[in-house]
Amino acid sequence: MTETTVSMTLNGTRIEGRVEARTHLADFLRSRGDLPSVRVSCEYGVCGCCSVVLDGKVVRGCLTLAVQAQDRDVRTLEGSTAETEDLRSAFVERNALQCGYCTPAMLLTAHELLQTKPDATREEIRDGLSGNYCRCTGYHAIVDAVAATAERRKGGVDR
Amino acid sequence: MSADETRAFARLQMTHIGRPLPRPNAERLSRGAARYTPDIDLPGLLHVAFLRSPHAHARILAIDPSAALARDGVVAVVTGDDLARIARPFEAKLDHLPKLKAPKQYPMAVGIARHQGEAVAAVVASSRAVAEDALDHVIVEWEDLPAVADPEEALAPEAPRVHEDLPDNLAFVSEIRQGDHAGAEAATALSLERDFSFARHTGVPLEPRAIVASFDPVEERLTVHQSTQTPFQTQAAIAAMYGLGDSDIRVIAPDVGGSFGIKLHTYADEMAVCGIALLLKKPVKFVSDRLESFVSDIHARGQSVAARMDLDAEGTVLAMRVDALSGIGPWSVYPRTSVLEGSQVLTLTGSPYGLKAYSGRLRLAFQNKAPMGAYRAVGHPIAMALSEVLIESAARRLGIDAVEIRRRNLLPDDAYPFRTLTGLHFEGLSHHRCLDRLVEMMDYPRLRAEQAELRKRGIFRGIGLAAVIELTNPGPALYSVGNVRVSAQDGCTIKLESDGRVTCAISITDQGQGNLAAIGQIVADVAGLKQGDVRIVMGDTAQVPYGGGTYGSRGAGVGGEAALRAAAAFRENILRIAAALLQTEPDDLDIREGMVGAKGSSEGRVDLRKIADIAYFKPDQLPKDLQPLLSASGHFTQLTDTFVFTNGFQASHLELDVETGIVRLLEHWAVEDCGRIINPMLVDEQMRGGIAQGIGAALYEECLYDENGQLVNGSLVDYLTPSSATLPDIRVAHVETPTRTSTLGAKGAGEAGTAGAPAAVFNAINDAMSPFDAEIFTMPATPERILRALGRIG
Repeated sequence: MTETTVSMTLNGTRIEGRVEARTHLADFLRSRGDLPSVRVSCEYGVCGCCSVVLDGKVVRGCLTLAVQAQDRDVRTLEGSTAETEDLRSAFVERNALQCGYCTPAMLLTAHELLQTKPDATREEIRDGLSGNYCRCTGYHAIVDAVAATAERRKGGVDR
Repeated sequence: MSADETRAFARLQMTHIGRPLPRPNAERLSRGAARYTPDIDLPGLLHVAFLRSPHAHARILAIDPSAALARDGVVAVVTGDDLARIARPFEAKLDHLPKLKAPKQYPMAVGIARHQGEAVAAVVASSRAVAEDALDHVIVEWEDLPAVADPEEALAPEAPRVHEDLPDNLAFVSEIRQGDHAGAEAATALSLERDFSFARHTGVPLEPRAIVASFDPVEERLTVHQSTQTPFQTQAAIAAMYGLGDSDIRVIAPDVGGSFGIKLHTYADEMAVCGIALLLKKPVKFVSDRLESFVSDIHARGQSVAARMDLDAEGTVLAMRVDALSGIGPWSVYPRTSVLEGSQVLTLTGSPYGLKAYSGRLRLAFQNKAPMGAYRAVGHPIAMALSEVLIESAARRLGIDAVEIRRRNLLPDDAYPFRTLTGLHFEGLSHHRCLDRLVEMMDYPRLRAEQAELRKRGIFRGIGLAAVIELTNPGPALYSVGNVRVSAQDGCTIKLESDGRVTCAISITDQGQGNLAAIGQIVADVAGLKQGDVRIVMGDTAQVPYGGGTYGSRGAGVGGEAALRAAAAFRENILRIAAALLQTEPDDLDIREGMVGAKGSSEGRVDLRKIADIAYFKPDQLPKDLQPLLSASGHFTQLTDTFVFTNGFQASHLELDVETGIVRLLEHWAVEDCGRIINPMLVDEQMRGGIAQGIGAALYEECLYDENGQLVNGSLVDYLTPSSATLPDIRVAHVETPTRTSTLGAKGAGEAGTAGAPAAVFNAINDAMSPFDAEIFTMPATPERILRALGRIG
């Protein structure tokens, strides 16, 4: 397969890489070896495990070709730690993760959800996360953690 | 453990055990910093892609690898025949079940492929993409053979045989008949017999199966990273297949991205990866993709059961009869066999009730589908559904409320110990207390009143209950008498580090359920330490004592007891050193928050750092006759009983759209009794996660095969699992009846959720359909099946 050069801003740093046209973004990011938060699971765009942030929007890393990220801004959980820290610690406190495989993508999606819907109800949180599969928790604790973070972000409740 | 120790434990100041403390490893996992097997990289690593049989049953006439070998980056093409030359085939036998047929299984197909997805050849290449591309260039000449898909047809006399050297496709048959059948029959007023069907489904851990194998020809040592629950079982399996010593093989389970039983089996393709590493003497890696997972991970359930319940006019359950048939794929899965799902249905059905008579038959058939094995709650969801769905069906016919019929029939809480007709020994259960708690928690009378009101407006809600029994903390009986190298023993070693902190190495493993956290809490309390000063090591056969690992809801109960014993011995060792240092007797001292001093005094306490400093660097300050012991071990096998049983109750509340057949789950409740709770937050989330998988079985999950043995829904687009939008909130409450089979008193909690949820959901659906006199007995209850049951479609 012929390779091409792709360049993007990855977690705030300009990077360049050689990829085949068919290489999806998640595989490209995984091949760098320094972004363990990027994972694949169904590779069909269903489970959401591979989610990353492209120009500020959460996208499926397995349905986005690496070349589609040309000259765009890509963020993984590693580059989003500051804005997701309260959410992350709420996940730990509430045991809203078990094996952790879905967690990075879940955090990115939940963060995006709370930015667009800071007052999300439990039902809206459930709808908003429905494209991110978790096989361990049954989601209840995840919904709790996201709802608690929403409350805190509104400044209502002290930890 | 002596009576003294048990008393000492009872007096222990518990500052960790019983508290909902966050899991120490959740910090790392939540930062995305986990290392799963697919993340493992080694210098010179090669990648394996499998050519899998597209046929359910076909003869391999020839394999031509030449075009594949000619491609850039392809290092080797390895066939089933190549590996058969170095591998001893598996035979999954249990010595005490001589009737179980155990055909030989090689790491890849030899001569005949027996299910769609069976590995036939492996391409080894510089990258996974190169290996996968080359698969298209391995030319296999096939001769299609008739596929045996349906288990009933598999047992027909004229059926084609899955194994030519066996007389038929009957893999196993077992029958049981106990109790007073004549007496039960004489008292029977209502006899309900229904045909139940439970679809094949699978575990779908989000991290697929993955293995990296690397052989050191100088040391003659094989190192394997594997996504597994049971590293020592893998070690034993590799040793048996390739003629190595157990201890020549190091198995490391890094972080594991979900397992649920799927990752405790020995998979032929993973054994092939080890064989390829031995052949090539190069490190090789295989990571399953999702389609491969669907066609080669073990499947579970897949049973059709004719079940009967006999009751008297007051609703007393008198007798049950079950006749179960299951297709188990082409082999009994190594090493635990494929018998347990069925045999546990046979022994568990009806067990919450004091039956007068019981009979059952189990037949297992070989067929050309993916192998069947142990998935979370083996057998339980079927057994619970049979008795619980029938008892509520009977209650409706007899005009008895669902709660009331349970109260009339459940074994009284003071009836224990109790032995069921099928030989299960219940040490102590709390069904009535759990039911009372459940009724209170769900406000049952209010829900019933609301249901009646809504029905008048054409809104059909259903409420369904399920009593649950779960077997946990298995003893060695099964695998010992079966002569299978699966350990029921676990070991734990605790050592004092030179900086005064403590490392605890234990043979159980953690796949997210929180075993690591639970062990840390136990060690901290028993040894008198701060949890933050205890580092837990798991999942590496070279670093931890030998033991069974994680299966059968045993991690906290059996592993926890091993940790308790190691921690008690470690504490004694430390106190002996401290006593010498403080010129007093060990009995006068205690350890609290890592500080040793006189009991009841906060004066003059020394920390473990000081003890370590003296013991390791200045031992001349100690009496000359004291050679301090700076590590301690504990081991435990649950030897009192075959299993330690837990119990609980679940309830489901849902709304059924009778026009579309769509079920909307409103709420789910669970009350569980897993004995001593080490961390209630962990137990709660095990319940919730387990219930979610049980709901998946009830409503969504099914491996759909056509009549030729072809899986037709091998992706997460087509195979439905529960999502955050379809699942309800799940309320959990606890009753605590500690087991006396250990000092710790903890039973298992990992599977009860999955065991009970399908029955509760089915009862709620049938309750919602009751105005239409309709019932459903086929899982999953898809909208189509519900509409058929309602008679709305043909």
